[in-house]
Amino acid sequence: MADPMRVRAAENGGIVDVKILMKHDMESGQRKDAAGKTIPAWFISTINVKANGKDVLNGQLGPAVSKDPFLNFKYKGAKGDKIVVSWVDSKGDKRTDEATAS
Amino acid sequence: MNQQRRSVLKYSAIFGLMASAGLISVAQAQEWNKAAFEGKSLDDVFKILGAGSPDKSAAITLNAPDIAENGAVVPVGITTTLKAEQMAILVEKNPSSLAAQFFIPAGTEPFVTTRIKMGQTSNVYGLVKADGKWSMAVKEIKVTLGGCGG
Repeated sequence: MADPMRVRAAENGGIVDVKILMKHDMESGQRKDAAGKTIPAWFISTINVKANGKDVLNGQLGPAVSKDPFLNFKYKGAKGDKIVVSWVDSKGDKRTDEATAS
Repeated sequence: MNQQRRSVLKYSAIFGLMASAGLISVAQAQEWNKAAFEGKSLDDVFKILGAGSPDKSAAITLNAPDIAENGAVVPVGITTTLKAEQMAILVEKNPSSLAAQFFIPAGTEPFVTTRIKMGQTSNVYGLVKADGKWSMAVKEIKVTLGGCGG
């Protein structure tokens, strides 16, 4: 797992619009496999976004967030801000990706 | 002299409080709130978040479709004119109500959009915590194809 995520950040009028697309199955723990056994839940549980080393968003997700979670938010920033996105899933897997605001 | 000592004491007490308050919010943001995500009903989650029974507020906008063809991918966004510290998305009829919770530091706009799964047609709640008080916006989203079952 832990495929790279896509992070886009565009600055406009002092506001940076950040769009994040994470690659994750987000198993809900409600589905059953072909043999009728419940597939255990497996999902991204926490996400942290930093711009130039400062927190701009912290999130906690549940299994009710869609597969390949998408997230869009805005913060006050400038072109060239270094944006670091990291998530941790319910099995302890981690992934960190970076982008630069343009 | 004594007066000065008093004020020093007072300030150190205030700083101590600020530090502990800061520590608490950091811990909250980092540690996944298991109890809240396992809350089965809206009331459970409200209670765990400390929201009590939030009032509906016209200052909160829930951007979501009226009808979702595919319950596995329902775009939901919250925007507000309040000074939001936290935001949460809840789905009344999902097995666990809380879908996601966001912590908004100062400097971040009170605007979050994501995509959620919905098992069936349900009311979706957008909660916003501003100035220590939770308020909400509600919208019913009709689902024609569920996204939670197998």
